[in-house]
Amino acid sequence: MTTSTVKTPAKSAYWAGVRDGAPFVLIAVPFATLFGVIATDAGLTLAQAMGFTILVIAGAAQFAAVQMMVEDASIAFVLLAALAVNLRMAMYSASLVPYLGAAPLWKRACVAYLNFDQTYITSVARYEARPEMSVSERVSYFVGVATPITPLWFMMTFVGIVAGQAIPEAWALDFIMPIMFLAMVSPMLKSLAHVAAAAMSVAVALALVDLPAGTGLLVAAGAAMLTGALVETWMERRAR
Amino acid sequence: MTYSTVEIWTIIIVMGIGTFLIRFSFLGLIGNRPMPAFVLRLLRYTPVAVLPGMVAPLVLWPAATDGQFDPVRVLAACATVLIGIWTRNVLWAILGGAATLYTAMGVTALL
Repeated sequence: MTTSTVKTPAKSAYWAGVRDGAPFVLIAVPFATLFGVIATDAGLTLAQAMGFTILVIAGAAQFAAVQMMVEDASIAFVLLAALAVNLRMAMYSASLVPYLGAAPLWKRACVAYLNFDQTYITSVARYEARPEMSVSERVSYFVGVATPITPLWFMMTFVGIVAGQAIPEAWALDFIMPIMFLAMVSPMLKSLAHVAAAAMSVAVALALVDLPAGTGLLVAAGAAMLTGALVETWMERRAR
Repeated sequence: MTYSTVEIWTIIIVMGIGTFLIRFSFLGLIGNRPMPAFVLRLLRYTPVAVLPGMVAPLVLWPAATDGQFDPVRVLAACATVLIGIWTRNVLWAILGGAATLYTAMGVTALL
């Protein structure tokens, strides 16, 4: 975590972001390729599959939408389900306000476009660890995290469409995504309140697993956030 | 798939706009206006409130095994979490979790 003294703060924040985003390349590559393959198999043209990836950039929702299109679901249902999968990002958006709310509108729009699980979690972890960061450093860092991931996500989708070959099941790619998410969140379990929130999230999500795409998760996330905040309040009172 | 070209593009474009609006929502509309302290406190728990719930069903009932409980995947998930808490490093946790997954898969294949 050394920062060069020759660079401007915004520049070094950008490069710190690039470095912290780099590990996700390992995962973006196979998944983007897989999306290209699946989208082509489903019957989407090259332009349509690329349009999906560039306009939506949200892995889980893209896979969900194509899956439902294969099943010939009604358009309204495809849209509702895919957008429900993305609704968690409204929570991400809200939680970025204290850090980035003061940035110019166009910068906030750029961050919004690039706001997916990896960029969001990585950036918030950094913002929490370094409260002294300025708003422009925070924006630079966010864009930095997206820099290694996003172009590769586009490029490898293209490779998947063109070179399209199914990835062997033995790679257990299905499970690389959960591992990535767990790896992202477990370093953030730094207090009893965080652990309690995570436990509540797991319990409610499992209990509501039969609800339609994404909706159980929203309830679980709401309950978990409340749990975290209440435990934090309780710990503060006890400390006094 | 039986959609027309226009229908497919409608899905793609509406999903793109909808997803952007979801991501822009609070960040765009609230901007620099102050938020109540308790709301800020709630929002601090967003990452730990969303990801564990998103992953839990995938760990216990993986699609690849048709929803059957799979000790290998549960082991890999536990290893990832423990390494993540211990090292506080995302990359080590991913590598450790993936190594556990593939080692355990290799071992069960041999048995």
